[in-house]
Parts: sequence; C-alpha cells; structure tokens
Amino acid sequence: MEMPTPDQNILNRKADIVARLQGILPIGCVIHAPEETHAYECDALTAYRCPPLAVVLPETTEQVAAVLKLCHQQGLPVVPRGAGTSLAGGSMPTADAIVLGTAKLNDVLETDYDNRFIRVQSGRTNLSVTGAVEENGFFYAPDPSSQLACAIAGNIAMNSGGAHCLKYGVTTNNLLGVRIVTIEGEILDIGGAFMDAAGLDLLGLICGSEGQLGVVTEATLRILPQPEGARPVLIGFDDSEVAGACVSDVIKAGILPVAIEFMDRLCIEVTENFAGAGYPDCNALLIVEVEGSDAEIDAQLARISEIAERYNPVEIRASRSAEESAKIWLGRKSAFGAVGQINDYICLDGTIPVSQLPLVLRRINELSAEYGLQVGNVFHAGDGNMHPLVLFDANKPGDLEKCEAMGAEILKLCVSVGGCLTGEHGVGVEKRELMSHQYAPDDLDLQMSVKDVFDPSWLLNPAKVFPLSASASRRASEAAQ
Amino acid sequence: MIPTSEEALAEAVKSASGPFAVRGNGSAGVVSDHPVLTAKGLTGVSLYEPGALTLVVKAGTPVSEVETVLAAENQRLAFEPMNLRGIMGGTEEGTIGGVVASNRSGPRRLAVGACRDFALGVRFVDGMGRIIKNGGRVMKNVTGYDLVKLMAGSHGTLGVLTEVSLKVLPMPETSATLTLHGLSDAQAVAAMSKALGSPYEVTGAAHAPVGPDGSAVTVLRLEGFEESVSYRAAALQGFLGLRCAQQIEADAAIWEWVRDAQPMHYPEGNVWRLSVKPSDAPDVVARVPAQAALYDWGGGLIWLRCAEDVDVRAHMAGVDGHATLVRGASFARFHPQSAGVAALSKGLRLKFDPKGLLNPGLMG
Ligand SMILES: Cc1cc2nc3c(=O)[nH]c(=O)nc-3n(C[C@H](O)[C@H](O)[C@H](O)COP(=O)(O)OP(=O)(O)OC[C@H]3O[C@@H](n4cnc5c(N)ncnc54)[C@H](O)[C@@H]3O)c2cc1C
Repeated sequence: MEMPTPDQNILNRKADIVARLQGILPIGCVIHAPEETHAYECDALTAYRCPPLAVVLPETTEQVAAVLKLCHQQGLPVVPRGAGTSLAGGSMPTADAIVLGTAKLNDVLETDYDNRFIRVQSGRTNLSVTGAVEENGFFYAPDPSSQLACAIAGNIAMNSGGAHCLKYGVTTNNLLGVRIVTIEGEILDIGGAFMDAAGLDLLGLICGSEGQLGVVTEATLRILPQPEGARPVLIGFDDSEVAGACVSDVIKAGILPVAIEFMDRLCIEVTENFAGAGYPDCNALLIVEVEGSDAEIDAQLARISEIAERYNPVEIRASRSAEESAKIWLGRKSAFGAVGQINDYICLDGTIPVSQLPLVLRRINELSAEYGLQVGNVFHAGDGNMHPLVLFDANKPGDLEKCEAMGAEILKLCVSVGGCLTGEHGVGVEKRELMSHQYAPDDLDLQMSVKDVFDPSWLLNPAKVFPLSASASRRASEAAQ
Repeated sequence: MIPTSEEALAEAVKSASGPFAVRGNGSAGVVSDHPVLTAKGLTGVSLYEPGALTLVVKAGTPVSEVETVLAAENQRLAFEPMNLRGIMGGTEEGTIGGVVASNRSGPRRLAVGACRDFALGVRFVDGMGRIIKNGGRVMKNVTGYDLVKLMAGSHGTLGVLTEVSLKVLPMPETSATLTLHGLSDAQAVAAMSKALGSPYEVTGAAHAPVGPDGSAVTVLRLEGFEESVSYRAAALQGFLGLRCAQQIEADAAIWEWVRDAQPMHYPEGNVWRLSVKPSDAPDVVARVPAQAALYDWGGGLIWLRCAEDVDVRAHMAGVDGHATLVRGASFARFHPQSAGVAALSKGLRLKFDPKGLLNPGLMG
C-alpha cells in the first residue's frame, strides 16, 4: 500500500512534540513508546500497518480541541481513531501522524425516552448504546457485526450499516447531531435533539467523511422502541438467480423485513462444517427476518413462504421459537469466522442494484476461475450490499496481490452495473485508488474542495479516500506551509 | 431560462454574466429580482426498478407525475412531500428537484425519515457550470463524501439539480387513524410521545389545537397489512389508556390536511415552520402570539401563522431547534447559525459557487 513519505522534519521533532502533548493532557493520555504504539499501527485491515509518531487519548472535548490546535500549529497529520475495527484502513496511521483515539470518551450524557434520543460521547461502543436504553424498552438501530467493539465515532465516520438497516437505515438515518472539533480546535454543535438542519445539511456531510473533516466527540442518536418480537425464515434454493428473484418479489409485495441475508454454496458448506446449524444442502440460502407480535410475524412469514413456494425452494423453514431463530442465524453469524478458519480472505463490500444480482454472481464465478481463487458470497441481499469473500493463502508469495487484483475487478464490476465500491465499510486506503472508476475528476475535485473548507491544510487523515495522485497537490501545498 | 438538457443548463451557468434565481416550478414562492434559471425543462423518468425500490428521475418532473408513475406499481414516495400551494397561494405544482432541494417531507418523516434519507443520488450543475454526480442508485453507498445529503435542503444555493435518484416504498395494504378529541397541547404531545415510544410503529402523529371541525384533535396513524393494522390499532388504544375514535381506511383526507398544513392556508400573516424537541413544543407555542398552530411529527414540527411583526425566533430563546419563515418577508427566511457553522456553510458555498451565481442572498 503506497502511503506518502513521512515528513522527516516531524520525525526529528518527536521528543518535543510528545512533551507538548504531555503538557496539555493528563498523565496517561499520551502514548509514545514504540512498544506501546504497536497496538495502534493498524486497524482490521491488518495486511497494512505503520506505527504512528504518538497516540493521544483525551478525556474531554476541550482536550481534543487543545490537541487539534497544537497539531494545527505544528503542521502534524492527525488520524482519528475509534476502536480500530475499520476494514478499509481508515484508522491506519503514517509514521509522522498523531493518532487521536476516543477510547476515554465513553459516557452517556443524556437519555430522553419521551423525545426518543440518547446523547453519548463518541468513543462509546455501538452495542453499549443499546445497552444503556434496553431496560427501558428501546434500542439503537444500526448494528454492524462489529458492534461489540466498534465505537460510535467510527460508525459516524464510516456511516456504518448492519443487518437491520434494510428496515431502519444506516448511521446517517439515525444520527441527529454531533459535537465536532475542527482542526483549528474550534468546538461546534451541528444538529441536536430535533429533526432536520437549520441550514445546509452539514450533519449529512460529516457522516461518512471518514475522519477527514473534524473529530467527533459527542453524538445525539435516535433511539427506537423495541419491536414486540422478531423471527426469521430460512429458504434454500438450487439456483442463486432464483433466490435473487425471490428477494425482489418479497420486497415488491410490501413486506418490510428487517433483514434479508444471502449465502452461497461455499459459505453454506463451510459454516455447516464449522457451526453445524443444520442448513439444507443447496446452492443459495436466504434468511428473511420480520418483526411484530407473534401473530403478525406468523402472518408475514406465511406471506414470504407463499412467495418463495413459487420458486421451487429446496426447503422453507420458518422459525417458531427463539431457539429455532438462534439456530437459523447461527450459521450466518459465524460465516466470516468459519471462512477465516479454512483460509485467509479479503472481504469486499460493493453494492449493486438488486436486479443485477444474477449477472454479478455469474461474473464473479468467471473471475474466480480466471484468477484461480475461490470466492464465497454472503451478503445483505435486500439492499444489494455484497460481501464477496476472496480466499487466498497469505504464505504464498504473490497470492495477496492476486487476490487484491481480483477484488478490484469485482468492485469495478459493481460500479459498471450501476452500483458502488463500498456499501458500508468505507474507502479508507483500501479502495482509494478505485475512486476514479466511480467518479469523474470534477466529481472528485468538488468532494476534495469540501475538505479544503473544513481542513484547509489537509492534516486530518490526509492520505485516505481520494486517489493519492488526485489529492497530491492539495497535500503538497500543506507540506509547503 | 428553461434549458431542456443537462448540457444546456451547464452551458447557461458557464456563460452567465450575472446571478440567477434557481427554481423548479417556483412553487416555494421565494422572491428574487434575478432572472430565473429553472430545471423544469428536464423531465421524465430515467429508470424505475420497482423490485429494487429505486426511481431515477429528471429534476424538473412534476411531483404528481412521479406519484402517478409510482402508483401504477403500487409504490410511493414514503417521505410524503407536502404541497406548498395552499400556503403560498400559487398555482404552480412542485417539481421533484424542488422537493429534494428543499428537503420537503411530510408527516411520515418521523417514522421513515426525511426526503434526504430517501435521496440515493444526485446529478447537478455547480456554480462553475460543471456537471457533477454524487451517490448513485443503490440503497447502501458510502463511497466518498455524501454530497447527496448536502444538496438535499441546499435550496439551489450549491448547484442546480438535474436528476435525482430516490428510494421508494410499496404502498401499505391499509391504514388506520386513531383520533383523540379535546386534548390540551401538552396532553396531546404526551400522548403522541407515548404512542411513538410503543412498538406499534406509528407512522403519523399530529395535533391541531383547532382541527377541521373547530375543536382540538390529535391523530395517530398506523399502516401495513390488514391483520397487522387492526391488531395494532387495538393494542395502541390499550397502551395509551385513552378512548379514541378509530377510522380504518378513508383517513387520507386528514393526513393531507396535516401534510399541507391546512391551518396555515389563510392568506394573511407570516407562516413559520419550527423544528424542536417535542416536549418543548407546547411551551414554545404558548409563548408565541400566533393566529393558528399545528403540531406534526409528534410535536417535533410546529407550524405557526402569526402577524408579520411577530419574531418567532425571539420566543425560542433557550430552546434547541430552528425556525424557517416559509411565507412572509419581515424576517430572514432561515434561522441564524452559530458563527462557526455559518463560516463552514459560507466556505462550502464559495467552493460550489465561487462567482455567487446561484440564489445569492438566500440562506445567509
Ligand atoms: C468483524 C468485523 C465486522 C464488521 N461488520 C461491519 C458491519 O456489519 N457493517 C459495517 O458497516 N461495518 C462493519 N465493520 C467495519 C467497522 O467495524 C466499521 O467501519 C466501524 O464503524 C468502525 O468503527 P471503529 O470505532 O472501529 O472505527 P476506527 O476503525 O477506529 O475508525 C474508522 C474511521 O473513523 C474515523 N474516526 C474514528 N474516530 C473518529 C472521530 N472521533 N471523529 C472523526 N473520525 C473518526 C477514523 O479516522 C477512520 O477513518 C466490521 C469490522 C469487523 C472487523
């Protein structure tokens, strides 16, 4: 992974910079010894890593502001970091960068059930937001699979999704406001416990901006009353095109499932060996989950089964109890882990129009044969967000490169059928160079000019999101300052 | 100017010698001295995939035409865009680009999201005459910055929308409305909050101190499959512990009344639209000397009709939220922002429209 050459000047000043950071932060909030910065040298895209100059873990928004002000004055690149679970290298540092972590910002500041929101510090983990309100019958809807670990800060930066987003939307649809600190150290409140922006929708712009516009320290999130219940139906098909058609019919019928998940044969077999969920022997499997009272669930599952029957399913298995539901979900939930047991893999994240599913699956099979690499498909079928898992052998020289090349082909394919490079993981460093396949130079220039407004000297997470060549002149003018 | 292609529109901006008033069909009634540049010459559906719940449509297409196309597939714009004609007294119908540019949403916004939440992609011409695209036509897309959200609600100040792609939803099989009579504003907001905190998926919650029949009325809407709606209507009444009149189907009229803010239609006075925390709403309404009020979004949205000299914002001191002057000219149209936020907004405008061609003066 090509990253800009670190600024030698900054590297030489390390001792001085660390002393200044220690001067503005409490004891224990600055990490600089190489053996300790180790933990911050990569995120969940572990193939790429680099130790940062130093790591700071401020305890208040004001401390974040002080750090950013200093970094701005000193011209230091800053890499904001939540829990470091990004799959796109979003929180991977460079050697001359300060990692600004939110680990110590995890308080609940306000819960309001009448107005249905919670205000939290941004380092709080996704699951513990729901944890704070579930006793009162509420939940926070976006639920990335990493929800036990990932922070709201990272969710906002990546506009993360989850299994339930078919019904409840992704982070941006559930975010009411943020407190954000600019690179100059100014603290701003954008949005709040009310709906829609007063002026331009800066909140919508900040969500998904991958830590490049400012550091989010607090968030006001919409919370929802828990449904009475939820249960899935599992449907097996001999053919994945048929499964795709069934998905489209379910959606058209006006049933609004919370989730429609898809697995192909490779994933079914691997997870079956790993978790023994009792999945049928078939080429494509759908798990469709609906919510409501028991009777409502039964009625919806009956409607879905009726649609599925038209497509000659191998099996339809509607859950009747919590245990049966858990068993149906078991395989799907262990899919990534199960594939990881048999092989190294990279997980792609392109989205396609649902109608293009048959074509894309066929083309992925052809690419798999061409490259001689196996691919497993497990994804959110309801919204076309695919997660092809391309298997490779990390010990075999050249295999990772081959795998990445094939991944790039698949993502370009997603774009060419009307989709996009990333549905929920973000661009980071991983898909940076592919951006020019989705966007024309003017499109990218205008996006980069947004960063010019928020961060004129391009210090915040500078070498991410945009192709290095496209952002070069902007980053260089910063270095010259 | 009424360009009939995206290229012609871009050319018009590129070769402009002075500012434009950017318009759809002008139904929002914003006044300006500048020559009009409208997208209403760009019409038609570019792509509609009912099975994928996506519609791509040229920005100048009338909203009614979009709704007709969707209805043929038993689908709809779920964010329920309001029709401003009643308030503005105009005859022009809104365009879909105008709806997106002003992020115009109706009662269902509180349950399913605003127009901006249904906007999947945009094409627009920026102030330099460049044709820009952002987002796309898929439900999940985090590729690059989300300029779609930024364009939604930018009121033509950042670019002229030429095409939008929207997520659409199926029409529900049926809908039911529970009506509560004679509640005070505070009781009504409390009842709406309770209903919205229930698991019964209320898709509309509004209160009119003076309803269609002249007395206070509070309405709660449920939508979905027949069996589900009747179950939820009964369960919700039990949960609220209040006696309600229940109307299954044929409730469209009252929701149109709410959506288009009927109590605001009287042609005199200023019309304001406030976004606040629902529990603050009754207090705000009590403070403002208004001629008419309407609560939507469970109290999160307030419509007020007041004399021209009433400064609604002055009465919002200490309350989080914002007020837009929808009709009238005696105050600024948009709520003032904090200095830092205003500076960012201004900075964005300078990047998107460095020559100040697009709706100068609007939005600060
Ligand atoms: C096993 C696994 C499963 C996953 N499943 C999903 C899934 O289902 N759906 C999904 O969407 N993602 C998923 N992810 C990806 C990842 O968890 C999400 O992107 C998550 O939101 C990252 O959160 P984080 O706190 O770990 O952020 P980090 O990795 O620390 O950072 C992510 C980005 O946020 C920026 N950032 C961090 N903090 C701030 C801040 N305070 N202000 C501004 N910017 C900031 C960083 O600079 C970086 O660009 C998964 C990852 C793993 C490892």
